[in-house]
Amino acid sequence: MKIFVDRQLCENHGQCAIAAPQVFRMNSEGILEYEENVNDSLLPDVEDAMDACPVQAIFIQDQS
Amino acid sequence: MTRSIVIVGGSMGGLRAAEQLRAAGWAESITVIGTETHLPYNRPPLSKELLENPGTTAEAFEAVKFRHRPSVTDVEWRLGTEVVGADLPNNTLTLDSGETLTYDGLVIATGLRPRRLPLPGPLRGRHVLRTLEDAVELHQELRPGTEVAVIGAGFIGCETAATATKRGCSVTLLEGTSGPMQRALGEELSAGIRDYLVQQGVTYHGHAKVAGLLSNDATIEDESSCTGIILADGTEITADVIIESVGSIPNVEWLEGNDIDISNGVLCDEHLRVVGTRNVVAVGDVARFPDLRNGCGARRIEHWSIPGDTAKIAAKALIADLNGAALPEPAVPLPSFWSNQFDLKIQGVGSPTLATRIVELEGSAKTPHDGVVMGYYQDDALVAVVSVGLPADRQLHYRKLVNDRHSEQPQQDTQLQAI
Repeated sequence: MKIFVDRQLCENHGQCAIAAPQVFRMNSEGILEYEENVNDSLLPDVEDAMDACPVQAIFIQDQS
Repeated sequence: MTRSIVIVGGSMGGLRAAEQLRAAGWAESITVIGTETHLPYNRPPLSKELLENPGTTAEAFEAVKFRHRPSVTDVEWRLGTEVVGADLPNNTLTLDSGETLTYDGLVIATGLRPRRLPLPGPLRGRHVLRTLEDAVELHQELRPGTEVAVIGAGFIGCETAATATKRGCSVTLLEGTSGPMQRALGEELSAGIRDYLVQQGVTYHGHAKVAGLLSNDATIEDESSCTGIILADGTEITADVIIESVGSIPNVEWLEGNDIDISNGVLCDEHLRVVGTRNVVAVGDVARFPDLRNGCGARRIEHWSIPGDTAKIAAKALIADLNGAALPEPAVPLPSFWSNQFDLKIQGVGSPTLATRIVELEGSAKTPHDGVVMGYYQDDALVAVVSVGLPADRQLHYRKLVNDRHSEQPQQDTQLQAI
């Protein structure tokens, strides 16, 4: 699946990096970095990250 | 025959419960009943950016509505509907229409409502902030130059005071017993943030006991408008708009008569199963559940992260009970919270109210605007960290320490004994 984070919305809360550390991490400046192409087996973690995002900035692009 | 789970509460907790029931394998019927006419939406912006610029109610809803997982598209939403009674032993609910609804499993997700001050007087100009409509209506009154009094300096009170000030209002923030957010943040950081809010133009009034409301015509209650507040010491504060932000009350009255503990929210076990029932769970800030992390007994937690965390635990437990399966080991939530006030970005993790000792880990509580990290210790264990202006990677570092209940100093005595 393909992950997209809307940088206009993202406030770098870092909650996604707790829920799905294989996909999202906060760099040493406190800014989000993430994998754009993610194995489908990580869907539950990515969904948790989407839920935990206070500003709902995380999207799965090819999810029906 | 298809079984059904009914979720009472159509807000974030209700949505998360539905999603987690599906994630935990429940393929049968789910119905969500909610009193609000909107599908679930995100409340934190209501005291911040949404209050500043909401647009119409429809536009405001679009800006804050929650996205739903694809798994819940077949969930039935009964909005604008109130559950007025429950007969838990017989698995039935009574709706405000008089209709009776039966269920196999029940999720309580009715949340909280704002506490109101028991003060007679004018109705116009008096506000609380909980729903989308509250925010849109309040926004219309927050015109530049308007005199606003915010009663109660918790997170919502402080955020609302900041937003109203940014809108050009003249804002007085009143707190009865202590400094702003003092219960959550402790005395030192509270004092630092109070000074910051004052620098930003908020008039702060501590130890204020509100005695009554003033109005332009006290003889006709329905038609008169607020003109101010009178305090117990006789001080009068002029205000066209009064915002009551004095805490919340759990919505549990509909559960009365069922021989369950609803004295402060709904008493649950560590699986979020309502104590005294076999097929009922509770999620979100209406649930009072044991804090296994800190061993301090059952309590309610009013933080944004809790509906999602509790829904995940409760959904698994409810399905296991309905299927006669073994219960999974319950997760132990670690609360997190944040608050934006002017340029301050306050972030918290853990349970600072449990602290027996608070220390500055970085920076100074006196100057939160320059960045500060406070550590909250329950005896030797770190149970919470609150930071201002700290980058997220550093917050994650402290989160790990809180998660580990990290000790400030190694226990020298124990090590010596071990040798």
